[in-house]
Amino acid sequence: MIVLNVGTPFTTKLYGCKCFHGIAHPGVLTPTPGARVSQINSAQAVLNFPTFIQTQVLIIGGGVTGTALARDLAMRGVACILVEKDDIDSGASGRNHGLLHSGARYVAGDREAAKECRAEGEILKRMAAQTIEDTGGYFVAVQGDDERYIADFPSCCDQAGISARAVDVAMARALEPALSERAIAVFEVPDAAIDPFRLSLESMAHARSLGARLLRRARVVGFEREGRRIRAVRVRSRAGGEEFRIEAAQVVNAAGAWAREVALLAGAPIEMTYSKGTLLVTHARLAGRVVNRLRPPANADIMMPGGTVSIVGTTSTRVDALDDIYPTTAEADLIVAEAARMLPALETTRFIRAYAGVRPLLGAAGSGDGRSASRGFALFDHEAQGLDNLATITGGKLTTCRLMAERAADLVCRRLGVTRPCLTATAPLPVAPECAWTEPGRSAREWMRSHGQHDTLLCECEMVSGSAVDAIYATLRASGDTPTLRDIGLRSRVGKGACQGSFCAMRTVAHLYNRGDFQARRGLAEIVDFFGERWRGQRAVLWGEQLAQAELMEALHCGLFGEELRAEALRDTGMPAAQCADPEEELPS
Amino acid sequence: MTGARRNSFDVAVIGAGMAGMAASLFAAERGLSCIQIGSGGGILFASGLLDLLGVHPVAERCLWRSPYAALAALARDEPLHPLARVDAPSIRAAFATFVTALGAAGLAYAPLGEQNRNVLTAIGTTKTTFGVPRAMVAGADLLDAPDARPPCLLVDFRGLREFSARQIAATLGRSWPGLRHQRIEFPGSGAAPELYAAHLARALETAETRANTIALVQPLLGDARAVGFPAVLGLARAGEVHAAFEAGLGVPVFEIPTMPTSVPGLRLLRALEAAVSTRGVRRRHQASVRALAFDADDATIELDGVPGGERVHARAVVLATGRFTGRGLTADRDAVRESILGLPVEQPSAREGWHQRDFLAPSGHAINRAGLRTDEAWRPLGASGKPAWLRLYAVGSILAHQDWMRSKCGSGLAIATAWAAMEQVARALRGTAAG
Repeated sequence: MIVLNVGTPFTTKLYGCKCFHGIAHPGVLTPTPGARVSQINSAQAVLNFPTFIQTQVLIIGGGVTGTALARDLAMRGVACILVEKDDIDSGASGRNHGLLHSGARYVAGDREAAKECRAEGEILKRMAAQTIEDTGGYFVAVQGDDERYIADFPSCCDQAGISARAVDVAMARALEPALSERAIAVFEVPDAAIDPFRLSLESMAHARSLGARLLRRARVVGFEREGRRIRAVRVRSRAGGEEFRIEAAQVVNAAGAWAREVALLAGAPIEMTYSKGTLLVTHARLAGRVVNRLRPPANADIMMPGGTVSIVGTTSTRVDALDDIYPTTAEADLIVAEAARMLPALETTRFIRAYAGVRPLLGAAGSGDGRSASRGFALFDHEAQGLDNLATITGGKLTTCRLMAERAADLVCRRLGVTRPCLTATAPLPVAPECAWTEPGRSAREWMRSHGQHDTLLCECEMVSGSAVDAIYATLRASGDTPTLRDIGLRSRVGKGACQGSFCAMRTVAHLYNRGDFQARRGLAEIVDFFGERWRGQRAVLWGEQLAQAELMEALHCGLFGEELRAEALRDTGMPAAQCADPEEELPS
Repeated sequence: MTGARRNSFDVAVIGAGMAGMAASLFAAERGLSCIQIGSGGGILFASGLLDLLGVHPVAERCLWRSPYAALAALARDEPLHPLARVDAPSIRAAFATFVTALGAAGLAYAPLGEQNRNVLTAIGTTKTTFGVPRAMVAGADLLDAPDARPPCLLVDFRGLREFSARQIAATLGRSWPGLRHQRIEFPGSGAAPELYAAHLARALETAETRANTIALVQPLLGDARAVGFPAVLGLARAGEVHAAFEAGLGVPVFEIPTMPTSVPGLRLLRALEAAVSTRGVRRRHQASVRALAFDADDATIELDGVPGGERVHARAVVLATGRFTGRGLTADRDAVRESILGLPVEQPSAREGWHQRDFLAPSGHAINRAGLRTDEAWRPLGASGKPAWLRLYAVGSILAHQDWMRSKCGSGLAIATAWAAMEQVARALRGTAAG
């Protein structure tokens, strides 16, 4: 993995002073060492989209790795642009259980991965403490589980340097009453919960404060090659469909599960397989700690604390395509039945939502469900494939995202001749107030502490105020974006309570109209989009109380508002649905 | 047939949503002694609009101007649909009786015609409905105006979070250029960041607040030929408040229903409670059914939620317990069940088939057509395929083969099937001795 040393100072240029969403913004990067900012090209300023952009490093993919990489590079003084086809953490980064691994999960199968997790977990607990709830974790065996695995567990942990303390079962059940009375062994490990959204949003916010730039909803559609180099990357904006070119000295493919597609586009194919995982979200939090099943990795072997809820999973199914990934009823049933053996309350608890993500796994397709495939990561330099300025970083897991970014940044910096070392293992991630609204309970605390006289509470379940929405909106607008209701949902607790947005999302739309942010029929389209997306997650867990909640939601959106009669019409003329003929006219056949 | 003993009735209606209220009302109108069990909480989620049938077929999303023409088409296409099994004269009689009773209880509706009406919603869509409260009808008149829609002013109150006049005006702007919006401070609200519709409705029942509100709106009128407000114009004395606004502003005034639970839902609940109570219906609104047993000629109902418990007898029982929200149906991961008697529920074979992946999928979700099957006389079928008991009836949304949310027929389903079933009840009881 030897890299070229380009060794020349790089110029960052931004042409076209309007971003591709047509919103004026400064379009200027903060000058950084080795980078010079050009004047805006006035000829192109009249266009509503940039025709091309120059930068040192182009990062493809805004998940935990891509955003950590943007921050790492920015801290080393390297100018970079991150393009993301959707939004921050919209792939596997935002669709996992939010576990900061102690490494104990991997001690029996992959000791190196276990050690890596332990080391990285310790770093993140120090450097990104605001994104972590250091809950600790239990590994719990129940009657019928493999006695030998149980017996070997403490020494395996010991060999990987992971603390695993045996806990008296009665004591463990006193501390975590949700545990089954059929529990036979419990070990305590330093697992923790991490909020990947906040991690990525704050990494990106820090990177941006150092000059990095984020282009959301911009999909890479092509590479222009010239000899052993990628001369430019062609990117298409999802909103307007305009295409533009980005010229970068180095390109990093951090597209997660989409890394294979991106590499293929660049003419440098890599071997990857996909494993779909589904998780369920409970209505209330059932345990303080992470609760793992003490057995070899299998379905439904973990329940994570996620703020005010618990997250139960996962499944692992090989899939061939990345589109159309959604949780199924069969997966939900499997998770409930299996996890209930360790946590019986799951048989009767209320679930509010499910979600599914695709894990990018390394290596060629083989047999099995993907669990035996490596959860390690790989950095491809693509030099053997005839490319000197492309790297792909993929595989891995949430816990190791910082390390993955460090390795990719090291390669890129060697190629660029940048000698500054990685700082992310030693410099704490700055708290960015506008990124903290994903934290459960934070809105409530802020509200109690400081709400202004005219500040309105938009969500009573999660205590989201009008000023919180305003802050999120303003941050997005400042980067030239047109914020959507879904964007606000991703960056706050809007839509995350038991009502799944029935009230708060509607109030948020009204609020944005009142501010003049939404105009014409925009709100209707946003409502349809937001609840359509929420629905995908609810559908698999609609029984019991949550089915009644869904019925109420449909009674409102369809029974009263008739959104289904407008949904399609919205996309074209804005005309209402067909008016059927009365008998004096012509009856519909 | 009115000589019931203290705890013995001609009819027990289980459920106090729209169908339960309608069934109790119609029982009383027919001179049957009636006890109604259960709370009317579901009505709080109503908009006050009484749909009959707006859309058919749902998959084609066809809106109908004439609900009776739509019913004829429904009867042809979906003969199992509960509304297809009630004839038009019965539906007309049922609606007339229902609306007259509401009027007598202080909740006036516009005269029922032969046509559906369109009303504005809080998100700026238009809703096709049938029975329109008097307080909302001026809005329907504007929307259904044969020519260009006349200039109109929408007013909202700062702090009433789920209602934005600006949103409605913006959403309808293209099809209604003369629609303006203004935001005012609710008189006396101070700097309160959140206002609640029910509080405003009560406040507007005082002459002073009303006069102050009218005075704030008056200068904003301009060329407006009507003024729309969120539905907060009074609660118990809504008619008086509405009349005062029209007199004070000199133009027709209309309400737009707010997000549930709304003031029109509260008014409807109060009016229905009054309507059934004044007709002598005994109400056990805190109670739920613990056990329901039948012998040859009599049903015994054990109640929970009544101090010391209670046992009542009825010669006929009407199930109007609703669907999942009303608790008439419950679902676990495997199947949908009827909550009280475990009656067979017509339903898709597996949960994967309950809901489509697209929330707004035009054909709707199969689970919404699940429910009880009945015989010709509205008696739910037991496991044998025969009526579960000779005088057990089922009405309203618990019935199978309908999707009221997509068809816009919720009130129609409740009112029409309650009427039709009560006709059967009366016929059955006529042949037996009074209890």
